[in-house]
Amino acid sequence: MLSEAHLQRIEELKQRYQKPQSLILEVLWMLQEEHGWISEEGMKYAAGLLGMPEHHVFGVVTFYTMFNKKPVGRHKIEVCTNISCMLRNSDRILEHLERRLNIRPGETTPDNRFTLVEAECLGSCGTAPAMQVGDEYYENLDEAKIDMILSELT
Amino acid sequence: MEPLLLPPIPDLHRIEVYEAHGGYAMLRKALEMQPDDIIEEVKKSNLRGRGGACFPAGLKWSFMPKKTDKPKYLCVNGDESEPGTFKDRQIFECNPHLMIEGAIIAAHAVGAGMVYLYVRGEYIKWIRMVQRAVDEAYAKGYLGQSILGSTVNVEFTIHRGAGAYICGEESSLMNSIEGERGYPRVKPPFPAQNGLWGCPTTINNVETIANVPIILRLGGEAYAKIGHPKHPGPLLVGVSGHVNKPGVYEMPTGVLLTEIIEKYAGGVPGNKRIKAVIPGGSSTKIIRGDALEGVTMDADGLLAAGSSVGTAGMVVMDEDTDLIRVISRITHFYHHESCGQCTPCREGTGWMFKILKRFENSEARAADIDLLLDIANNIEGNTVCALGDAAAWPVQSMIERFRDEFERRVKEPASRLPAPTAAA
Repeated sequence: MLSEAHLQRIEELKQRYQKPQSLILEVLWMLQEEHGWISEEGMKYAAGLLGMPEHHVFGVVTFYTMFNKKPVGRHKIEVCTNISCMLRNSDRILEHLERRLNIRPGETTPDNRFTLVEAECLGSCGTAPAMQVGDEYYENLDEAKIDMILSELT
Repeated sequence: MEPLLLPPIPDLHRIEVYEAHGGYAMLRKALEMQPDDIIEEVKKSNLRGRGGACFPAGLKWSFMPKKTDKPKYLCVNGDESEPGTFKDRQIFECNPHLMIEGAIIAAHAVGAGMVYLYVRGEYIKWIRMVQRAVDEAYAKGYLGQSILGSTVNVEFTIHRGAGAYICGEESSLMNSIEGERGYPRVKPPFPAQNGLWGCPTTINNVETIANVPIILRLGGEAYAKIGHPKHPGPLLVGVSGHVNKPGVYEMPTGVLLTEIIEKYAGGVPGNKRIKAVIPGGSSTKIIRGDALEGVTMDADGLLAAGSSVGTAGMVVMDEDTDLIRVISRITHFYHHESCGQCTPCREGTGWMFKILKRFENSEARAADIDLLLDIANNIEGNTVCALGDAAAWPVQSMIERFRDEFERRVKEPASRLPAPTAAA
């Protein structure tokens, strides 16, 4: 389920830890990058790759919020609504996104383009309000900026 | 004070630029020093941890056993997930080599052959920036085996988290590196005795580690004279919320909070009055706007004001802020991030959030204020790690200092009764 390049990277990284199990987050990140989410099949694969019990992998996947436990849209939009963003109107940002995408947090657009999620503090308090889409941070948001970002995310 | 952690030098993140400004000279110096002498210098500097607990860094290093046949480890904590905190990100972006140099010196001092830098999963952009810097340092021979021809070996590995505030707690961080769920461990034993894979481990915050080359450059005694004598050094203060110029500002410890807000962060928009300030990340106790006068940004100053310096992530709230909504949002965060191991935290944070929702909706009972306080008091001190305390302190301080805000949201019992009918 993982590319040769990723598998080779895992072999290299194994030298840096006492036990292969330390690489579980890294393997899950790779699975998510290649498949978009962590399926049950993916968890079994990770368990086999690192010699871990399957239930342990399940425990790890469900502990960390950034792993998608079900398929998501092409672009997962995570809007920070924690205090620093809240004080700088993240309410309006979230409402605008809900209106534009016609979905509620936790939902995916029917064309599978966007998933909208409410996020905990992203560490962008000085550039609030902020959101993360994939690896990218978008900061100092307002409605116009969001419209521009949405038009660019095809 | 000249900025020491984040000097305004263009392209300082590139190793040639960093070297041109004296970068890695302190590593060369440290390689010629005995590990104990480095620890002694850091003790003299009185450097205290910048991750929230203010623990003396030199003392922490001295807990590492000298004679052991086990490998030793250094973890650098870049989980940075406390709401209101965004300072380590600046170091990753603008001055990553200062942290890397500090980590190599610290590893040499405590005898660690491997540094793990743990970074929150959301910061993937910054992880890539730091990885580039680490690769540069390897290429120059500052990292790896026989560093600069010495007998010192230090490897450096970035470990990416995946969205869990609790992994910033040191024992939880270690469990996460070991591939476990990020549950905090019962202490003692402390990491210096029983850390990663049961081996001696030291864990320091990113900013703490970035101070190490500065200490060697200035000398511990001169460093100790910067800022507040009991909590000295340069400090990265993040200011967010209702200010004109939010951002991370470097200053000596001991600056007045009012000066930070007015001078550094450009004051409050519309010249509104300040209703409240959270001084050091969302877990630190809230301070009333009318009690800000004379309070300084250092461990003693904030202790005297009934709060703590935490991560120095200040959140400023103007007079129009709905504080009930603020405390409800903060409590939602701790409820969401509770790892679920300890009952008081797992259940208590949820109960507090439910009650706070009642206040938010103006549906609370008068007795709910004391019920809330009772729950907070029963979480504090009764959990394996400090997340329980972190959830209790904001609630306790909000009730203590803004009780009227809660009282105003109480729905009178009489108004809840059905209107009397004619027959009655």
